[in-house]
Amino acid sequence: MLSQVPAGPAPLQEPDVRGRFGDFGGRFVPETLVQALQELAEAYAKLRDDASFWQELAALMSSYSGRPTPLYRAQRLQQKVDGPELWLKREDLNHTGSHKINNCLGQALLARRLGKTTILAETGAGQHGVATATVCALLDMKCRVYMGAEDVRRQALNVSRMRLLGAEVVPVESGSRTLKDATNEALRAWVGQVDEAHYILGSVVGPHPYPWMVRDFQSVIGHEIAEQLWPRRVIACVGGGSNAAGAFARFVPHPEVKLVGVEAGGHGFATGQHCASLGRGKPGVLHGSLTYLLQDDFGQVSDTHSISAGLDYPGVGPEHSSWATSGRVEYHSVSDEEALDAFELLCRCEGIVPALESSHALAWYAREGPKHKQDGPWVLCLSGRGDKDVQEVLRLRGLA
Amino acid sequence: MRLTTPCLLPYFTAGWPNPQAFVDSVAAAARAGCPAFEVGIPFSDPVADGPVIQKTSSAALEAGVNWRVALELTALAVEKSGLPAVAMTYCNPLYSLGLERACAELAAAGCRGLIVPDLTLEEGEPMEKAAVASGLDLIYLVAPTTPDERVAQIARRSRGFLYLVSLRGVTGARQDLPLDLVEQIQRSRERASLPVMVGFGISTPAQAARVAAQGAGVIVGSALLRAIDEAGAQRAASTTQEFLSQMVQAMQAPSPGPAGGGGGVVS
Repeated sequence: MLSQVPAGPAPLQEPDVRGRFGDFGGRFVPETLVQALQELAEAYAKLRDDASFWQELAALMSSYSGRPTPLYRAQRLQQKVDGPELWLKREDLNHTGSHKINNCLGQALLARRLGKTTILAETGAGQHGVATATVCALLDMKCRVYMGAEDVRRQALNVSRMRLLGAEVVPVESGSRTLKDATNEALRAWVGQVDEAHYILGSVVGPHPYPWMVRDFQSVIGHEIAEQLWPRRVIACVGGGSNAAGAFARFVPHPEVKLVGVEAGGHGFATGQHCASLGRGKPGVLHGSLTYLLQDDFGQVSDTHSISAGLDYPGVGPEHSSWATSGRVEYHSVSDEEALDAFELLCRCEGIVPALESSHALAWYAREGPKHKQDGPWVLCLSGRGDKDVQEVLRLRGLA
Repeated sequence: MRLTTPCLLPYFTAGWPNPQAFVDSVAAAARAGCPAFEVGIPFSDPVADGPVIQKTSSAALEAGVNWRVALELTALAVEKSGLPAVAMTYCNPLYSLGLERACAELAAAGCRGLIVPDLTLEEGEPMEKAAVASGLDLIYLVAPTTPDERVAQIARRSRGFLYLVSLRGVTGARQDLPLDLVEQIQRSRERASLPVMVGFGISTPAQAARVAAQGAGVIVGSALLRAIDEAGAQRAASTTQEFLSQMVQAMQAPSPGPAGGGGGVVS
């Protein structure tokens, strides 16, 4: 049984005073935001040692979001793949269907303590937007979500959910009209109302203190895993990288636990249509931090592709860049096709419909597991459920 | 770079609306009485920019204005206008090329200053070194949300001039200037030995005159580019000259506003 949920923030790898994890991170933002980010960092640093804050968060996480989430032994999947013992960390069973709510609850409570009345957020597929809208309804805060116009069209269901929850959804028409552009627009909006609004960034990206703070709020995943079972390997998908950072942070100081992040290989590296920032990018600055980034020879940020909207992002959290550089975490990628196969495999073997994001981690297990049969137990972070992806999968498989 | 304030700096996106119209517009700015021009090297994710400059930047990128082309056109505009350029671009294109090389190439193209709207003091040291090595002035921005003490720090580290962001927001024309603008200008001028140039949101001669009356210069971008866009590329140069001449005249007229001190030669 778990003694405490969450186990408090992860007092693990801390960024330096500039918000750097090794060479990565920092704060590259318009001057208008600097003061707000400094206040946020200072407020958060204080709250980190404030037991009442973590108790308030723990109470909501357990009674509202359903934590701790179960660790489930996927025996049939293991047999089918012929791989090592596998356990699924069921983040898909959280309220709103993914790990995103862990971060939203934490940041919204923080924003309330800062006296902010309006919440801004960006969203890609809509999972973070729905989680933010949910928490704003709960805490009676005004909520505005920026979403690429292309994603608004593709994710009509989540747009409706957000509106039902009382949020205003703003379609973003600039750039490629997807997550990257929604993030630009949310940052611009925050510049315009920095005094009254708090921006809930949805991943471990962005300027300091976001990568640090979001990692802490998600680290409840790794803390729970450690109390449920001590793994020999932890696997998670990586777009911006928040579920992975949350699952890994607890184990980073324990070198005997191998950590694997799985990026979206899209149509393959040769096509240029992928999201493997760590696999194929080089260091650069996007959305306020210095990190691995997919870009052209002149520093223009690349248009990316993934079957999974939640991984379709050209950057990655700066702490992942530091883990990749130090070699503490291995990063690999799987293709759209492999992710689709894994999606179907989990549906059939275990009766669980995974998010396409999480299906990337499953696909790596399916591909690499047979080479490591005696290496278990492994834990795989099943970051979200796949209801949102059902139509898309049926369409791609010609079954719609 | 020596600027006499109050003066007017126009912003152009490199290569927009097309290479010839860009070069001709800069020359027109010289005829209108501007002492220098700001040239935006387009970036895919201009997070400090509003809709107008987002649009001109992405149009330029789509038309093939990459770093190299942007610098070639800047050099041409500098040559034809006789004005020095101040480059404005974001961190990533500079980091991508390497800061030393990027600054050297900017200087070679006739740039005398560099504005990087997503660079903060805390991360600025490497860029400052690279800029100094190439004889470029690295110009920092101050915002209405910047505390007094930090305004002083930024003013000490900035070279060429201090860029005062007039409002809480991104670039783009506004109907009204913020109520505390006079106070903002005075606060910056008191703490800076450099000329103060005010940008973001200034779109009309009357607004420019209000700023000039406080002894500060004006940077105008979105409103100018919108006027060029509406007139069409064929008439870019004449539109530019008319637009900027009106602003320059308004800024030179004796002002009815509260005395902010005339502009002296600084830096």
